[in-house]
Amino acid sequence: MTVTTARAPRRTVKATERKSFRDRHPTRFLILTVLLVLLLLMVAPLLVVAVNAFKSPADYASNGPLSIPGHLYWDGIVDFWNRVNFGLKLWNSFITSLVVAVLGVILSVFNAYALGIGKVKGRIWFLVFFLVANLLPQEVLVYPLYYLSKQLGLYDSLWSIIIIFTVIQSAFGTYLLTSVYGEFPKELLEAAAIDGAGKWRALWRVVVPVSRPTLAVLFTFFFIWTWNEFFLPLIFLISNDNQTVPVALGVLQGDRMMDATTTSASALIGILPAMVFFLIFQRTLTRGIAAGAIK
Amino acid sequence: MSGRPGVAAPLTARKGTAVKNRGYAVYLIPGILASIAVIVVPLVMTVYISFTKWTGVGEPRWVGLENYTRLFADANFWASFGHIALLILAMAVVPTILGLILAAVLFDYIGKHFGDRWAAVLRSGYYLPQVLPVAVTGIIWGWILHPSYGALNRILESAGLGSLAKNWLGDPKYALYSVMFVMVWFQLGYPVVMFMSGLQRIDPELYEAADLDGASWWQRFRKITVAMIRPELYVVLVTTTIASLKIFGQVFVLTRGGPSNATLVPSYFAYKNFFEKAQVGYGSAISTVLTVLIIVLAVVFLRLQNRADQS
Repeated sequence: MTVTTARAPRRTVKATERKSFRDRHPTRFLILTVLLVLLLLMVAPLLVVAVNAFKSPADYASNGPLSIPGHLYWDGIVDFWNRVNFGLKLWNSFITSLVVAVLGVILSVFNAYALGIGKVKGRIWFLVFFLVANLLPQEVLVYPLYYLSKQLGLYDSLWSIIIIFTVIQSAFGTYLLTSVYGEFPKELLEAAAIDGAGKWRALWRVVVPVSRPTLAVLFTFFFIWTWNEFFLPLIFLISNDNQTVPVALGVLQGDRMMDATTTSASALIGILPAMVFFLIFQRTLTRGIAAGAIK
Repeated sequence: MSGRPGVAAPLTARKGTAVKNRGYAVYLIPGILASIAVIVVPLVMTVYISFTKWTGVGEPRWVGLENYTRLFADANFWASFGHIALLILAMAVVPTILGLILAAVLFDYIGKHFGDRWAAVLRSGYYLPQVLPVAVTGIIWGWILHPSYGALNRILESAGLGSLAKNWLGDPKYALYSVMFVMVWFQLGYPVVMFMSGLQRIDPELYEAADLDGASWWQRFRKITVAMIRPELYVVLVTTTIASLKIFGQVFVLTRGGPSNATLVPSYFAYKNFFEKAQVGYGSAISTVLTVLIIVLAVVFLRLQNRADQS
């Protein structure tokens, strides 16, 4: 897993490890056991889902939720996949999150270039604005957005969600990136200016490449946040063909056709993409959570 | 994710250096235009609509403060904010305290005696629920807690504890507590990760010096660990508190605010007025109050943080 902790010299880590197994201390193992039990409790819901997604309804009825499936029963997952046309929902979620992440990063870079490096007049007020925009609950924006998007013919289109989330995510991105660009090395910019690069070229040739790690963190955050969004997509994407994964799964809760095994099958296929992102992005993520918090 | 990190990071105010900063303002234009369209105009509209009666079609009719007087007399409104108080306990206070203890134990104890790998694996496991879409966590727990086919009641029955089986989400007596339990599960990993990354900054010599002075684990925990990661403590508390004020997804999927409003929260209350009852003015008043509350809270937190930093 993430090895941000492994900053300490490797040698000392090994040494303490060896020592610990020599003089085993009962309280040490007691504490470790408590932590492992807690770990089990945290992941238990996911394990229960995984086990029951592969059970036939009859198997569940007779053996309950904790038994290992008698045989791997794929019908629940396949049926559910086909019933909600899950491939299409995956695509909707993917394309929305990707476009939002790309546009959101670009917009954040433009804003932060002007505020952090350009230090334009009134920058403090712009920053306060982006900070407040970050705090706003979506409920206070939702009805006018719903109303206006209907007027513009964007209602029930992925574009409505893409535009809205690009702006919402870039409010956070601007805020974070401005503080990063505030410390941007002046010499690099001066060197670019001496080479005759204008502001536009300096942005793409110097600023963006140098800040790539931060931009990667922002991209990851924007992608995952947009993927997980529920409230606005629930309101804007009403037709079946436009739903994203969370909306498709969320509105089925309480549906009469859902039983124990179908529900866990649906939960499992909702969990899997998130787990894949987690594994792909975990390094960026843990680094980013820390970077975002304390600059 | 629960809270968005970084909201409480300090503004980097630096005066001067206004050298050659012309020509940058043009880069703000797309951001300003987009923010006006998506944030400023809708925000102003909502505040305006909150002083009107409107069904969403036709012209809004100005009614002054009527929506607000009605709101403050509405038992459901007070109930929804009362539920938020409990949810702050479940989403901010409890995860912060547990997370602090867990992070300290993982960093200072497990890392030291069993190796960093153990600490990293445990941390990732605790963090796992945070990466799942909110709606999906709702589905998982909605099924586990389901009265007839849910896993929890089935397990209780097969363990001979059938009398403990409850209609966890459908009984007004238990519904809110069930939601709170789910939220503790969901939130715990965030403070653990945040605090552990903050602990990296601590100089190991501080701990060694404390050991030499004969400090107990608890003393070291209070005087060094908690004192050193105070910035993270503020960030976690402010982001999780705001997240609990905004909670919608889990409540929508788990209980839809029910049974009989036992888990009603402001955002769902507003949603119902907007899209189910067509009382757009009233819904706007609810969301305006919620917004004011969040901003006041953020300002208070920032003030407290600044004061603590200065002293």
